[in-house]
Amino acid sequence: MDTIFALASAPGAAGVAVVRISGPRAFSAAQSLVGDLPDARRAGLRIVRGSDGAMIDEALVLVFGQGASFTGEDVVELQLHGSTAVVSAVLRELSDIDGLRQAEAGEFTRRALENGRLDLAQVEGLADLIEAETEAQRRQAMRVLSGRLGEKAETWRLDIVRAAALVEATIDFADEDVPVDVMPEVTELLERVLAGLQSEQRGAVVAERVRQGFEVAILGAPNVGKSTLLNALAGRDAAITSDIAGTTRDVIEVRMDLGGLPVTVLDTAGLRETEDLVESLGIQRARDRAAGADIRVVLADGDFVPDVELCDGDIVVQAKADLRGGDGVSGKTGAGVSELVDRIRTELSGRAALIGTATRDRHRVAMELAEGHLRAAIALGKDGESDLIAEEIRSAVRALDSLVGRVDVENLLDEIFSSFCIGK
Amino acid sequence: MEHSFDVIVIGGGHAGCDAAHAAARMGAKTALVTLKISGIGVMSCNPAIGGLGKGHLVREIDALDGVMGRVADKAGIQFRLLNRRKGPAVQGPRAQADRAIYRSEMLSEMQRHQNIQIIEGEVVDLLMESGAVKGVSLADGSEILARAVILTTGTFLRGVIHIGDVSRPGGRMGDSPAIRLAERIDSFGLPLGRLKTGTPPRLDGRTIDWSQLENQPGDDEPVMFSFLSQRPSARQVSCGITHTNERTHEIIRDNLARSAMYGGYIDGVGPRYCPSIEDKVVRFSDKPSHQVFLEPEGLDDPTIYPNGISTSLPVDVQEDYVRSIKGLEAVEILQPGYAIEYDYVDPRALDLRLGVKGIPGLFLAGQINGTTGYEEAAAQGVVAGLNAAAFSRDLDEITFSRTDSYIGVMVDDLTTRGVTEPYRMFTSRAEFRLSLRADNADQRLTGKGCDIGCVGATRAEAFQRKMDALAAGRAILEDRTYTPRELGEAGVALGQDGNRRTLYQVLALPDVNFEQLSALDERLADLESEVALQLKRDATYANYIERQKQDVMAVKRDESMAIPADFNFEAVDGLSNEIRAKLGRARPGNLAQAAKIEGVTPAALTLLLARIRKDTRRKSA
Repeated sequence: MDTIFALASAPGAAGVAVVRISGPRAFSAAQSLVGDLPDARRAGLRIVRGSDGAMIDEALVLVFGQGASFTGEDVVELQLHGSTAVVSAVLRELSDIDGLRQAEAGEFTRRALENGRLDLAQVEGLADLIEAETEAQRRQAMRVLSGRLGEKAETWRLDIVRAAALVEATIDFADEDVPVDVMPEVTELLERVLAGLQSEQRGAVVAERVRQGFEVAILGAPNVGKSTLLNALAGRDAAITSDIAGTTRDVIEVRMDLGGLPVTVLDTAGLRETEDLVESLGIQRARDRAAGADIRVVLADGDFVPDVELCDGDIVVQAKADLRGGDGVSGKTGAGVSELVDRIRTELSGRAALIGTATRDRHRVAMELAEGHLRAAIALGKDGESDLIAEEIRSAVRALDSLVGRVDVENLLDEIFSSFCIGK
Repeated sequence: MEHSFDVIVIGGGHAGCDAAHAAARMGAKTALVTLKISGIGVMSCNPAIGGLGKGHLVREIDALDGVMGRVADKAGIQFRLLNRRKGPAVQGPRAQADRAIYRSEMLSEMQRHQNIQIIEGEVVDLLMESGAVKGVSLADGSEILARAVILTTGTFLRGVIHIGDVSRPGGRMGDSPAIRLAERIDSFGLPLGRLKTGTPPRLDGRTIDWSQLENQPGDDEPVMFSFLSQRPSARQVSCGITHTNERTHEIIRDNLARSAMYGGYIDGVGPRYCPSIEDKVVRFSDKPSHQVFLEPEGLDDPTIYPNGISTSLPVDVQEDYVRSIKGLEAVEILQPGYAIEYDYVDPRALDLRLGVKGIPGLFLAGQINGTTGYEEAAAQGVVAGLNAAAFSRDLDEITFSRTDSYIGVMVDDLTTRGVTEPYRMFTSRAEFRLSLRADNADQRLTGKGCDIGCVGATRAEAFQRKMDALAAGRAILEDRTYTPRELGEAGVALGQDGNRRTLYQVLALPDVNFEQLSALDERLADLESEVALQLKRDATYANYIERQKQDVMAVKRDESMAIPADFNFEAVDGLSNEIRAKLGRARPGNLAQAAKIEGVTPAALTLLLARIRKDTRRKSA
């Protein structure tokens, strides 16, 4: 059984983040971070140190023995100061420990269920809890994949499917008309993926700082004042604003400090029916990006409210308060802007700010694992051990699952049958 | 005639024979009902058994004491181990079989088993009682009763044969399709689909000019299918190899409109890995030539099966293009090639026993489930046969896992994903390929077979001897550890990393052999060569198999979480409507199957598990 860990708290105003570790290696993993553990069910204050010995945080440590914990396994909980940097560092240290991996959504609960640790009433309440976890992860994944990394991941997928298909063709169709030596092409494909992963890893540190924080998408009909509102929020002319409907054809991102929270505000193309191909692409992109954002701010124009799927915490507000009056918002005059900022901030600070950190760490671990397998495959390629090469590629693909999508035997067969004339 | 049995098997093809034999080995009184006794064990397509993935299946059938491997060994006239130069995990035994020997050996296997009674007749209907099967009725009006019935009717469900623009109903050439039985299947409302497959024209070998053709002999050291066979018993022969050419392709291109497939006479979906020559010429038009294997159908039979040129062109065009091929200039066609279209039952309507969901006692095996190939059919026959016997005697169901066998992989694939083309086994379908090898099929399955009760005394004893010898050899190899220096002196080149290793670990290195190791421990010299070879194969993948342990355990854990047949997926809170609908359609039988459905996340699995737990607690409360 793997030992799993995850951020188990939704950090709020108190600023405490709880990291839970569960499984056979929970105690030894925790020891490597905090030294000796307190007795079971007794809180102990400990210094958390990284593998390099540097102090990360001071934490309250709680230990639960097998059979007396939430999951029924050995469990350690670290109560940390809830800053992104601290939690991020702790998660990273944990994922570097052999035999440990980040928990999937609902996985702690699953172990609790399997070990008979939940009563019927608790089971009843599970759905909401898991749904919230899943939804938060889905949003993160969408945000990552709709961006630049998503495009790269797609080319990795093509390359790796092709490489796997070539190797499998020489195995499963050995007595058919397939090329005997596919290794030169396979090696080239795998090295390309490997190089891509490595450069992504190097860039990830910068990207992390840039992308950290929340996304707030502004949506509304054309010319309702989205860009003007963005400019008012940002205090500068970040988006082109004009009176001509359909000016913003792409998604414009502006990072700002919104009431003390790092937020990226997305200004999107106006939502309307259009014949213009370029504009309709922009609208689709707006809808996609908005769906991945943490909060959608929808600007209504009188009775007209654009058709957008709303989630809990989304904000619908009347636009053009300068013309219409009332308690709406106007980017032009600044009316209602600070109230809007307050609503956004209240909503966001109640949410799990750190889930993004976990997603990035998950991706980092995935890429590192995949790199190891790809290197092994390339090294084996020199001796032509196709059964082992295939195995390493398979492992690399599995590691990259969350980035490139599931690759299954049918994908490989599609590639094989479209490339080679099989059938004796 | 006896009229009451434990199990009835309809059809005497490859699925039917291994199904009947498996049921009989379990002690079930079994009726094997076939249209004609002469149809038992007929190889209707190419005269070969095994290959990659398929050879693995035959080994597994054999490990469970099934018949296909033994019969193929007796009928084998050319044995080749495919991928001989690659690792053992991807080697597959294959043999050309003498059609006549295969048929007579299979028939005598069936006749020899005291629990099997062969009944010649046409099954026209299933007898039902309160929704369950209770027997079959025959065309002559007689009835046979049994608690379990296995349908292995291949392409007989609304089969249509096409030769060029001429088509007629029929199963194999010369057989009539079971239309009335098809109507009964319809009444169950099972989802059906339509597939097609093709055969090449059969040639008269006496009219082939072999002198100008390339020869493909068998292996010098033939590898048998059965763990109990020692060597081939039939005389060994070679196959010939020739190639199509531009002239052949021109003839085919000029007559495409007259091909059943290209003339628009066929709707069924054909296999991509077994395209007709029409397909090859059209889809790979830049290829100037395609390989053709000339496979003898038997030692005393002049018929040659030209593997690689299946077709549905009219007879006169078949003659023209065949004679354009080198060596075949004066060839006579004994039987024209044809395409056949047939109905199959969407195997997602089956459970892991190959029982039809919702119809107790009815099992389906073989081509009727959308598969192709003798080996795939026979392997399903084993699963259905074992379970029909278990069902008839109220024993526990017998299932196979993706972690223990290709049989498990196939049944899981079929019942969870269905098919989009005739399903054929490939080694790439097995995610645990390095541990599911042809060489260790007995180590994986014979023990299980003994527990189930389907393995006879002869095999059980041979298996125990082999396992004891392997354990003893392994114990010597792991007896103590050696330094790199000690190993170096025995000729094993290792970096001086200071790590001590057992000889088993050393054996995992590609270039290390037993002779070198015998210098370090002389007891190793006494090991039988077969045992030594098997230890080497096991050691080769030991590291990888260790690495996969977690995955194997996770799959097993999920497989063991059964989802009740009447489980209401609609009632699971927290799932999206889309996932609910997908689960409701697929009706997975356990969590491992649910996990493979697109979009089902670990979180969704937890929700499913929560609901299952809740339901069972309510029931027990």
